[in-house]
Amino acid sequence: MDEMDQLRKEADSIKDQITAARKAGQDTSLQEAVAGITVVGRVQLKTRKTLRGHLAKIYAMHWGTDTTLCVSASQDGKLIVWDSISTNKVNAIPLKSSWVMTCAYAPSGNLVACGGLDNMCSIYNLKGKDGNVKVMRELAAHTGYLSCCRFLSDSEIITSSGDCTCVLWDIETGTQKTVFAGHQGDCMSLAVSPDFKFFISGACDFTAKLWDIREDACRQTFSGHESDINAIGFFPNGNAVITGSDDATCKLYDLRADQELITYQDSSIMCGVTSLAPSLSGRLILAGHDDFNVNIWDTLKAERVGVLAGHDNRVSCIGVSTDGMACCTGSWDSFLKIWN
Amino acid sequence: MAEAPQQQQEVKEEEEEEEQQQEVKEEEEEQQQEMEQQEKEQQEKEQQEEENQEEEQQEEEQQEEEQPDSSEGSEEAKESVPMPKARPLLSMRSMSIVDPEDKSPNMIVYRKIEDIVTRIQDETEGVPIRTVKSFMTKIPSVVTGADIVQWMMKNLAIEDPAEAMHIGSLIAAQGYFFPISDHVLSLKDDGTFYRFQAPYFWPSNCWEPENTDYAIYLCKRTMQNKTRLELADYEAENLARLQRAFARKWEFIYMQAEAQVKIDRKKDKTERKILDSQERAFWDVHRPVPGCVNTTEMDIRKCRRMKNPHRVKKSVYGLAEEGTQAQSPIHTPSHLGRKGTKEDVEKEISFLNLQLDRHCMKMSKVADSLMTYTEQYMEYDPFVTATEPSNPWSSDDPSFWDVEASKEPSQQRVRKWGFSLQEALKDHAGQELFLKFLESEFSSENLRFWLAVQDMKRRPQQEVAQRAQEIWTEFLAEGAPSSINLDSHSYERTSHNLKDPGRYSYVDAQDHIYKLMKSDSYARFLRSNLYQDLLMARKKPETEQGRRTSLEKFTRSVGKSLTGKRLTGLMQSS
Repeated sequence: MDEMDQLRKEADSIKDQITAARKAGQDTSLQEAVAGITVVGRVQLKTRKTLRGHLAKIYAMHWGTDTTLCVSASQDGKLIVWDSISTNKVNAIPLKSSWVMTCAYAPSGNLVACGGLDNMCSIYNLKGKDGNVKVMRELAAHTGYLSCCRFLSDSEIITSSGDCTCVLWDIETGTQKTVFAGHQGDCMSLAVSPDFKFFISGACDFTAKLWDIREDACRQTFSGHESDINAIGFFPNGNAVITGSDDATCKLYDLRADQELITYQDSSIMCGVTSLAPSLSGRLILAGHDDFNVNIWDTLKAERVGVLAGHDNRVSCIGVSTDGMACCTGSWDSFLKIWN
Repeated sequence: MAEAPQQQQEVKEEEEEEEQQQEVKEEEEEQQQEMEQQEKEQQEKEQQEEENQEEEQQEEEQQEEEQPDSSEGSEEAKESVPMPKARPLLSMRSMSIVDPEDKSPNMIVYRKIEDIVTRIQDETEGVPIRTVKSFMTKIPSVVTGADIVQWMMKNLAIEDPAEAMHIGSLIAAQGYFFPISDHVLSLKDDGTFYRFQAPYFWPSNCWEPENTDYAIYLCKRTMQNKTRLELADYEAENLARLQRAFARKWEFIYMQAEAQVKIDRKKDKTERKILDSQERAFWDVHRPVPGCVNTTEMDIRKCRRMKNPHRVKKSVYGLAEEGTQAQSPIHTPSHLGRKGTKEDVEKEISFLNLQLDRHCMKMSKVADSLMTYTEQYMEYDPFVTATEPSNPWSSDDPSFWDVEASKEPSQQRVRKWGFSLQEALKDHAGQELFLKFLESEFSSENLRFWLAVQDMKRRPQQEVAQRAQEIWTEFLAEGAPSSINLDSHSYERTSHNLKDPGRYSYVDAQDHIYKLMKSDSYARFLRSNLYQDLLMARKKPETEQGRRTSLEKFTRSVGKSLTGKRLTGLMQSS
């Protein structure tokens, strides 16, 4: 037998052993364990605000930390910072490249970042001395499009790319500090753990990976999806991971059990998941789909408890504010809507 | 003399063109014949259906005549004769033309839609597709919107009609069935007539029709004298624009359009009606009415990874490609992910071995942990529990945030600090209180150390080394003013790290101190008077509230005179 075949066989046999071990840990299923609790009542959120101003598809949005400010990126080549309560535009930042795919708000509120087909992550300083918002850094090294970025602080940012890697950057020097390689398909999305020690990435190889930021290592890999993972997020206590995929399902994986807990699916949901966000307690998962709707799931009972229908085109991004008061959806119809 | 060869050249060119056109025509005729065959088969099916339905109706009538007393025994009969169950979606042999191995996002959805659309047209289990007589004409091969919605609710196990409408609209928007009298591809739950799209035009064929084809299409519509083929305003505008864009080859386009018209004329009248509407629906998908969503738009991150760029179909009317096979600019052959090398597999094996050795929690414990967490936090989740005061977005009243920002945290918020040390430290007010408590116990250096390290992690790179040194001097050096109690192992590790100070130099020490606080000080903090008083909202005599209480008592004791009462009233209302 060829050496590669032998190695692959060995890998497969260990995988089988792992599957068996995980099964042994299944002294119950999540469904059985939650049989005693009742489903959350029907969740009906209303559109409270519509943020108008973009002229083309919105690809991404991100809430600021502990604030009503949020940032959105659109293919009209603009990054807009909104005060969601008044619907005023605090900043409208023109971008060099209009093919933007992601944006992020730093926890401090001082910086925003974006990137896309230009393969770069551009950092903008919102609190510049003369009041103008200018490019502070251009982080260039990726060989594929920038799919997602998230700040750890004003000094560090993590990016995911279509070149199958994720990178930790030092913003001050503009250099790559760590390259997290391992995915075998475009990395589509990433999320940082509540304690900022880990991050997770979802990719077009249908897997999600947990990375140790400090140790530069992939700690765990989760599979099970049948198509690209487009969206990923941490459960609020940081012990579980939620993924959303083109196979029209969302899945919940537990880090300590190292396996999938439950799948959120319904035969009448046919279109892929583009984005997701858990509610503050984690009891609800809000998932945006290609079919213009947002589906709301009871995380524990895996039942659909609500639908948000208000956009006239794909829902491309979704986010729940830090205090859990409101959810913001962005769509290809060029509008952002605030719901609660 | 020079003219002769040129003329000859021209003649040759013309001959070549004619030959080409002849070829093209033959190709087109072949395609048309294929379509005609499909249409014939469909028609035959429909005729069969009609006959079957008539037979069924006759049978039913007969049965009714034979069993006049069926109503009495019918309930019993129902129980004893089980109704045939509707076949579940998956057991049907898929008639979808999508390659089952194709996992690209759009194809997955097309496959699902095609399964539904095949079932819905099924002779026995589908909707009744019939020819409707109207005024002087017959409308062939139609079904009503209401029929479609009803079928979906019954066969896809959908209880909510809104959901059936949602799925139906999705299928209509992709052009798999379409309203025969409207360019806008939406589904209506009423008597509006719909027709099914021919598989030739299905989106899963990777259509990317060129503007030349669109021009030919619009052009030929203007050549035929039928009201149903009249151009809509936006189509007339499109045609005008295309005429300008293709000014130089308009003659060619015109001729192609004429050829199409000739071919169309040969067809049977009914077939033509059906084909024309299907062709129009195709263009409604690829050149939608202004204001309608273009369902063919794809996420740019995905379309660059299309599996088979050469599968893309571009020409509806079999036009010879001009020049080389023009590949779609967005369909670049992608790097289909990294191919596994021997090193990759070896890495994978060592990774897998680590996974195998890791100790995993049992599901029951994990489930418990999730349930406990959500239960604890659900009362703080505005989407589950209404907030008090009201949610600022619904009421436009920001008092909720004012309360949060005030110096006096609510009981609910104070209670949250008891959930975990992490929660207490997350809230600035909680952090302050915990620090105050530690100061009273003369052990505040632990928390101050922890906070200093958190701050250092966020500093710009050039400040890190200095901060690290400052922290060492303050907390860890011999004779440090705020000496913390670190185990020898962590101490060794930390002093080693500081030889090359970085953001994570103190991580071990920080983790150790955090665990210490959590297991020791935090537990005592929760039991302390400082915390409990705030939690129970106990009023202390030194505070303003206490003073007011004593004043109230005094005022009351003054007497029940009118003045006294008025005074008391004033005090109470303030």
